[in-house]
Amino acid sequence: MVTDSLFKVLPADAPGGAIDTGTVTITFDGKALRVPQGASVAAALLAAGVERFRTTPVSGAARAPYCMMGVCFECLVEIDGVANRQSCLVPVADGMAIRSQLGMRELNDFIGLAGGTGDER
Amino acid sequence: MSANQVELVIVGAGPAGMAAATLAAQRGLSVTVLDEQAAPGGQIYRAITQTNARRLNILGPDYAAGGELARAFAASGAKHERGASVWQVTAERTVDYVQDGVVKSLQAGSIILCSGAMERPFPIPGWTLPGVLTAGAAQILLKSAEVVPSQPVVLAGCGPLLYLLGWQYLRAGVPIRAIVDTTDSADYRRALAHLGGALKGWRQLAKGLKLMRALKRAGVPFHQGATNLALEGTDALAAIRFTVNGSAQRIPTEVVLLHQGVVPNTQISWSLRAQHRWDDAQLCWVPITDTWGELDVPGIYVAGDSRGIGGAQAAAEQGRLAALEIVHRAGRIDRAARDSLAAPFTRALRETLHIRPFLDALYRPKDANRIPADEVTVCRCEEVTAGQLRGIVKLGCLGPNQAKSFGRCGMGPCQGRLCGLTVTEVIADARGVPPAEVGYYRVRPPIKPVTLGELAVAHDAALKRAAAQRDETAAEAQNSSAR
Amino acid sequence: MMNSSDVLVIGGGLVGTAVAYGLAREGLKVGVLDEGDDAFRASRGNFGLVWVQGKGYGMSPYATWTRGSATRWPMLREYLLGETDIDVQLQQPGGFHFCFSETEWQERAARLQAIRDDLNGDYPFEMIGHAELKRRLPAVGPQVIGASYSPMDGHANPLKLLRALHTACGKRGVKMTSGVRAQRIERDGSGFVVDAGGQRFHAGRVVLAAGLGNRTLAPQVGIHAPVAPNRGQVLIAERVAHFLDFPTTYVRQTDEGTVQIGDSMEDVGFNDGVTADVVSHIAWRGVRSFPALGEVKLVRAWGALRVLSPDGFPIYQQSATCPGAYVVTCHSGVTLAAAHALRVAPWIARDVAPAGIEHFSGERFLQTDKVFTHGH
Repeated sequence: MVTDSLFKVLPADAPGGAIDTGTVTITFDGKALRVPQGASVAAALLAAGVERFRTTPVSGAARAPYCMMGVCFECLVEIDGVANRQSCLVPVADGMAIRSQLGMRELNDFIGLAGGTGDER
Repeated sequence: MSANQVELVIVGAGPAGMAAATLAAQRGLSVTVLDEQAAPGGQIYRAITQTNARRLNILGPDYAAGGELARAFAASGAKHERGASVWQVTAERTVDYVQDGVVKSLQAGSIILCSGAMERPFPIPGWTLPGVLTAGAAQILLKSAEVVPSQPVVLAGCGPLLYLLGWQYLRAGVPIRAIVDTTDSADYRRALAHLGGALKGWRQLAKGLKLMRALKRAGVPFHQGATNLALEGTDALAAIRFTVNGSAQRIPTEVVLLHQGVVPNTQISWSLRAQHRWDDAQLCWVPITDTWGELDVPGIYVAGDSRGIGGAQAAAEQGRLAALEIVHRAGRIDRAARDSLAAPFTRALRETLHIRPFLDALYRPKDANRIPADEVTVCRCEEVTAGQLRGIVKLGCLGPNQAKSFGRCGMGPCQGRLCGLTVTEVIADARGVPPAEVGYYRVRPPIKPVTLGELAVAHDAALKRAAAQRDETAAEAQNSSAR
Repeated sequence: MMNSSDVLVIGGGLVGTAVAYGLAREGLKVGVLDEGDDAFRASRGNFGLVWVQGKGYGMSPYATWTRGSATRWPMLREYLLGETDIDVQLQQPGGFHFCFSETEWQERAARLQAIRDDLNGDYPFEMIGHAELKRRLPAVGPQVIGASYSPMDGHANPLKLLRALHTACGKRGVKMTSGVRAQRIERDGSGFVVDAGGQRFHAGRVVLAAGLGNRTLAPQVGIHAPVAPNRGQVLIAERVAHFLDFPTTYVRQTDEGTVQIGDSMEDVGFNDGVTADVVSHIAWRGVRSFPALGEVKLVRAWGALRVLSPDGFPIYQQSATCPGAYVVTCHSGVTLAAAHALRVAPWIARDVAPAGIEHFSGERFLQTDKVFTHGH
């Protein structure tokens, strides 16, 4: 973890007894991070020292989580290739590749519906 | 979309949802609870089923009480759909949701909306900077992942949740740099008028006092009666500024936790075009319901904080009362049984709400922190300032919907959750009329985002079903004509 | 006298403000009456197309009228930009109408050819197949077998247009009264008096641009304007990096980057809600058109009530029994904004009728031997 991270996981020697929370490894903008297991992606990134999650599509302003409960939509990041995901609602998983959401999303190649009935009526 | 019939659909697995589901399921109703999180508890009991001894110790007994509710819920037989994001509820009581990328639908006999509360917006200069979070967010970090600020942290605003967080941090060994408290002597004077109610709720009052004492005893610096709050920084938070007793202060800090109360999450009730009223004591919109919690939309009830802020205990009692009425309407119990079963819940509800008017008066958020100066961002998603909004009012826009058309305020992904109250109040203030006259955004589905692909697949499935139905009908016709 | 103007326009939507703006340009003293924040407001639900191709099938004056507005649109944009600093984002690169089957393609070709024949060949369009379509719109999906393209088509930002018109009206001294609903119109000497919101408004001339409200107001000035609501559901998806250079009938990318997808035509009365099945259908058509949209999130869906006449064409009429009273109504308030500001307004101001306007009198609906359909 980053030593100057604004957030951290409570250390094992904090009041209340020792706790062993496991960790998983993810990448953020290509950089490998060890983060607490069972946390949301947003919580994990904050604990790992990430301060800017995205830039806004309107002005490019830097933003980071605000509400942590899915109502503010500030914590949007790209997770495993899917853009604009609310990271506070997604549990972190080993091997996840996360990227900052810079501005508006790109349109990926997407095969779309395979087949489907040609007849709308 | 295939519609499955359920007697009772509950949206939200917080205290209201869990209590309602438990009672209804125990009385034999088919119940499905839809919740967006992976585990029950809502926000106030977030991660209660995955917690440990240390967290319980830090968070305190009120949080631990949620465990009992969760256990009863798990044992009740109610179906709990996790990771289910409700995107539409119709007046005909269809509930459309997305789960694991699949669009699904339920047809409900009755619905209880238990969407809970969310933090009141705190539009002060710099509130959109990285490093600024709500006290609620900090609690969620603590509850769900034991994540805490690594530097001595500044708490700013007012309200029981702010002090509770401070107390929890003390117990966790997290240093608090300062509490910038906007509560002033005028607030105390106003609250005195409601002291009677506070004394009736003396247990809660005592809890609150104990909390404050612990903070003061630990030497946490309090800056009381703070005004002119502003957050400084360019790409991230660097400092908080405020004024106390006429003297300007500045605390360098990279994390500030803001709080000035919670407000009902009314997205779904507004989307149903249910009637709401402006509550001037709580400075927010509340849905209009009967004693059981039913809206003016038949068969749809609201319970918990989304019906009006009352706390976890009140939420559970309201959940039970709504469930009782629904169980009665479903013919499982008669009116006498309903009323006798309801009596203890009604009593408990009344008791837990005694202290509410006192708290609402004491921690009434300041005008300046609700109706900001021109340069402050009101709509975070679309980056619209209060000044731009006032300009639109000058153009003749009477309410939030015209303001939205002209200024894009409220059109972003949060769909007005973080700007709605501010917009109503800024327009009311600019026009010199009460908020009730200004109204609120027209809330439209999807209540939560759903992808075009998810919807398209659902339509494709509907087409296939229709085609299969046609084939079946044709085959039947052929068979019968062959006979 | 208080509340007195040369012309009073009833309705502050796209039609009313365009006419009011045009009247103000003519130097007249103009008043506008507008309802409150929660009124139906077809203008707020508009898709934003400035669209010509396919319109006026069987009614070539409408094809001509529409085209006449599209060609004047750049002028309207310039005027508004100059007077208000608001750029309404007009783009007229041409537009596409997608076809998903050979039958659809043939039917489309026949329809457009018929209009072209009615206009003696003066009607540019081309029918193209999938390969050519893919060359011009790389994101198009394999199930779009072809399309009609016309250089006449384009789009604008309807909300910016409304705001620009409001602002321009304000700057030209148009008196806008909000939050009032016109109840009664009566003749008053050589002019009119309108009762609205407990106030009385006097004007030499009165223009009924009240959308669905015209149905009950128009008879008060001796005009038959049998408009009725027709619901169109519209989807708005989140902002996406620019991928679509041209508007298409059902999908366009706005200047904000959001993706707008429509629509439906439903006879459901005054119900502007949305339904899961129609929303899914619209999404399905959007994803069939541009498969990459599959991953994009729907942010908002709404129903808008079109102000539809029985044949779907506008009603423009000066009252014979109450000269000086006019009805101006249509369901293409964006496309026809230029015509309303720059042709209809001068007609009202100077009594110089633009060519073809006589075809849009509401009297046409009094012919009892005709059955009207609005199949567009």
